Amino acid sequence: MKRQKENIMKYVFLICACMSILFVALICIFLFANGLPAMAEIGFADFLLGKNWKPLQNQFGIFPMIIGSIYVTAGAIIVGVPIGILTAIFMSRFCPKKLYKIIKPAVGLLAGIPSIVYGFFALVVMVPIAQDLFGGSGKGILTASVLLGLMILPTIIEVSESALNAVPESYYEGSLALGATHERSVFKAMLPAAKSGMLAGIILGIGRAIGETMAVVMIAGNSAIMPESITSGVRTLTSNIVLEMAYASGLHEEALIATACVLFVFILLINLCFSMLKKKEA
Amino acid sequence: MAEQTKKLDERAMSEEEMKELEASNINKITLKRKWMQYKKHPGSLALFILVSLSTVITVGVLVFLILYIIINGVMHLTLELFAWNYNSENVSMTPALINTLIMIVLTLIMAVPIGVFSAIYMVEYAKRGNKVVKIVRITTETLQGIPSIVYGLFGYILFVITLGWSYSMLSGAITLAIMVLPLIMRTTEEALMAVPDSYREGSFGLGAGRLRTVFRAVLPSAMPGILSGVILAIGRIVGETAALIYTAGTVAKIPENLFSSTRTLAVHMYCLLSEGFYTDQAYATAVVLLVVVLIVNWLSGVAAKKLMSKTK
Repeated sequence: MKRQKENIMKYVFLICACMSILFVALICIFLFANGLPAMAEIGFADFLLGKNWKPLQNQFGIFPMIIGSIYVTAGAIIVGVPIGILTAIFMSRFCPKKLYKIIKPAVGLLAGIPSIVYGFFALVVMVPIAQDLFGGSGKGILTASVLLGLMILPTIIEVSESALNAVPESYYEGSLALGATHERSVFKAMLPAAKSGMLAGIILGIGRAIGETMAVVMIAGNSAIMPESITSGVRTLTSNIVLEMAYASGLHEEALIATACVLFVFILLINLCFSMLKKKEA
Repeated sequence: MAEQTKKLDERAMSEEEMKELEASNINKITLKRKWMQYKKHPGSLALFILVSLSTVITVGVLVFLILYIIINGVMHLTLELFAWNYNSENVSMTPALINTLIMIVLTLIMAVPIGVFSAIYMVEYAKRGNKVVKIVRITTETLQGIPSIVYGLFGYILFVITLGWSYSMLSGAITLAIMVLPLIMRTTEEALMAVPDSYREGSFGLGAGRLRTVFRAVLPSAMPGILSGVILAIGRIVGETAALIYTAGTVAKIPENLFSSTRTLAVHMYCLLSEGFYTDQAYATAVVLLVVVLIVNWLSGVAAKKLMSKTK
């Protein structure tokens, strides 16, 4: 009886563990089964490289959105990576213990704030500032980049900090004993050793930025055309879905699902890079 | 003579003490010496300033965001906003609040057992080099990286269209459960791994089976860690918008059953903003959301701290 119970529970646990495999499979199947036919109908090249997104005229080219996503993500990296990594260095090596007790939860909180609140904050604070500085609507690549840069901070900080903490203390001590200053020891001896871990954090941040939806929808301007300057409005892959899914039907709806497929492939590639880097680190 | 040697001894002692004192101070850098160092190495000073500045920016953004929204939003928190029924005049958030609570409970009912059980399998049952574990690791990492809008679209295709549930509470809750599953799994795994092996050995030694050991010896001491993960998951559920708009829909009513459409607080805020003339009410909703997130994060921190003190 007892043996039986043990065995049954073992299989219950095993089945639960396999649920995540099932979910990933389900997501892949349903997305691609609905997205690929649409892509084939529109034509792969027309879909991925077409510059016109005009659902009413049956033109479904998502190239402007792909470019939009890439621009906004690149901007987020330019803003977020230096601040994130330097903050991680401060937390790992410069921070007094008392201060750390404040900063660490603060970073956690930064990760916990809902993206809709970030978007709203940007709408009421950053958009007016951008309007004053550059004219126009204030919504566009620049505003979205800055906001996304702030939003990916906690991801980058957390991963980089643990990468830095994993560097053996002897690296730092050795450098210090050779007469280097504290800063030099940290930046020249420890940073190179933590490089691949930090890169993994950056890649994770890229994934966050590319997948962010609600905050971007509010401040990116959302015009489905090729962006001309850094302040012009863009539409990302994610906002394309949110904006039009409500009233789309037929091929239009399938084209939106196909957009999600493209996004999903991007994320899979990013994940692949992440796990490869992690493996290298271990 | 004896007195003299005693005196000498004392003096020697004090000298030794002095040396010890110096030795303990030799690695301590006073502010003055630090300044001298920086004068010699201006590059180091620049790096120090850069590093500090970044931290100030990070924390500053957080503090500014919270204060700005709370200060500007608190005055818009009127009683009208908490009226029992929603209509376009009072824009009440009470139904959304209740929906959020129901959504949390529904999601956790599904996600917590699956998440905890699979973590138990990964940590307590699977042997080293188990192939299933490797695949599960990869898939959880994948799940964790998928953007919420993709979850939303998946939920829309599977539950709303294919299964024909239309926009409903249940579609939303299952979608969210899949979304928070990796978070719960990972935190539970970490909590289980932090439990010392002696607990398991002690339990086995007393003749308990594996199942009994897991539930009686390991799980209780890992509880705070699991709880902290669950609380973080609640935070995700409260803040989620993109995954819910096209699965649970946007009807601002308290649901009659599992298959009626609902809007949670975050979705409510999105609706207010996209309608365009409810900025004040959006401020108020943002305040409520922020307060919930603050409480959730604080609770999770408390639970995590408890785990630390327990495993020490």
